[in-house]
Amino acid sequence: MIQVQNLTRYYGRTPAIQDVSFEVEKGEILGFLGPNAAGKTTTMRILTCFMPATSGTAQVAGFDVFNQSMDVRKRIGYLPEQPPLYVEMTVKAYLNFVAKIKGVDPRERKNRVNDVMEKTAITERQNDVIRKLSKGYKQRVGLAQALVHNPEVLVLDEPTVGLDPTQIIEVRKLIKSLAHNHTIILSTHILPEVEMTCARALIISRGRIVAQDTIENLTHRKRGAERLVLQVDGPIGSVREKLASLSGIKKVKGDSVNNSVGRYDIECESGRDLRRELAQAVVQNGWGLLELRAKDFTLEEVFLNLTTEEGGAKA
Amino acid sequence: MRNFLAILERELKSYFLSPMAYVVLGFFIIATGLFFWSIVNWFDRTSMQSMMMAQQYRQAPQPMNVNMMAIRPLLHNVAIIALFLLPGLTMRLFAEEKKQGTMELLATSPLSNWQITLGKFAAAWAFYLVMLLATGVFVGLLFFFGNPEIKPILSGYLGLLLVGGSFLSLGLLFSAFTENQIIAFVSAFAVNLMFLALGWLASFSGPTLAAFFTNISPLEHFDDFSKGVIDTKHLIFYLSFMFGGIFLTFVTVESSRWRGAR
Repeated sequence: MIQVQNLTRYYGRTPAIQDVSFEVEKGEILGFLGPNAAGKTTTMRILTCFMPATSGTAQVAGFDVFNQSMDVRKRIGYLPEQPPLYVEMTVKAYLNFVAKIKGVDPRERKNRVNDVMEKTAITERQNDVIRKLSKGYKQRVGLAQALVHNPEVLVLDEPTVGLDPTQIIEVRKLIKSLAHNHTIILSTHILPEVEMTCARALIISRGRIVAQDTIENLTHRKRGAERLVLQVDGPIGSVREKLASLSGIKKVKGDSVNNSVGRYDIECESGRDLRRELAQAVVQNGWGLLELRAKDFTLEEVFLNLTTEEGGAKA
Repeated sequence: MRNFLAILERELKSYFLSPMAYVVLGFFIIATGLFFWSIVNWFDRTSMQSMMMAQQYRQAPQPMNVNMMAIRPLLHNVAIIALFLLPGLTMRLFAEEKKQGTMELLATSPLSNWQITLGKFAAAWAFYLVMLLATGVFVGLLFFFGNPEIKPILSGYLGLLLVGGSFLSLGLLFSAFTENQIIAFVSAFAVNLMFLALGWLASFSGPTLAAFFTNISPLEHFDDFSKGVIDTKHLIFYLSFMFGGIFLTFVTVESSRWRGAR
């Protein structure tokens, strides 16, 4: 449904994105992950024909975003980071206007508007002026706007930013329910969001794609190394030294919890469970073992790892 | 065409929902009313004096012409009031869209930049037409109490529509430059003021420079219209001025997309 090849965009001399390539299948939800200013919005803006790329091509539903821009625009619904609302209008009038400029058939317009209002649960507020709506409702109107012409592709830029937890859950549910009929790209810097809504994620950092895979594979990738968490009552310096000296341990990070208790993050060589050895070492030295457990890598850690590795390589 | 109308309709409706448009409309009516009142007063006094003089010297009174002596200066003042107030109508047209992020909606919808630019200009022009129609009440009063000629009034209003259209096209351009409405207002206002000043400047300049100054200022092309003369020279001036402003706006909108600015 979406094919992106070697997309590059410069702002003046600064590259915003470089050599970005990816594909999205029909009916898929792709999570677009990256820290702020990584190039998520730039990529989305190119896909939605807001601005052209410096080089590279992108196709949406078989149409080129540059040469067949009008065909793409008819088939794409876009919710920018700041929902594009005319705050002096009522919800209904606003959606009507959007339906008009998106080229919805005048005979179907009323049905479409009612339909998306129902989908996004804003029907009761249809006659309210948008300015007076809460942030959550505004976000929903923004979603309704992106849906009103029943586009094949939906591009959502940080759709849950600034919402309260209940609203976030609602919006996520809504997005998930849309996946049956639409292909969705969703950008975010909130990782659990990707884990919950998307099947596949793409991690972008400093304008380059650093990983793209299913969520499962992404979290697995790092799982080659085992991780343990340990809490010990004892002098931090010597505990850390002792732990680091054990065979099979790659890295030990220690923080003090309070005066004598320390918390240690330990990375072991892959495939080895060193819990017994660790417990023994602690007890032999007469320290108190307060906690010892194995830990999985979260998407968050994978993400941090990938995005900072890139930075380290550059510096 | 449908897209152009959709933009025009939304902009026009939002004028009627925005306080700024009412401020502009209100001040326009008040200022025009003040000028009307003082001009009619003056006209009244002058004709009384002329009658008394005639009686004293047993002569026929001097002929007084409402069109030339009341309506023409009134329309001229309306043009100057428009010069001051119209930047208030245009300042939000693009600046607000950029600030609110709604430009992203327009720019990603199947609309051309021409449809957007022309739709916005037409909406501002239509609102200005409403403002002009409101001043029609004053001219109507003259018809009620006097006997003015209709043709110079109509041509005068046509002239006003064109002068105002020129100021609006300029204001539209300044609105496309920035996302700050105040900057859009002040810069359009300053340039309009400069056009007003060109008229004064011309009176201190040599013949060549004076001709240049009077020819580039929209205000200086207005006088013939208020006399009832529709000269193609002036008509072409106004139409090309408006086209120039709108075209440059279009180019600005188009190029901001290439540069990646909002």
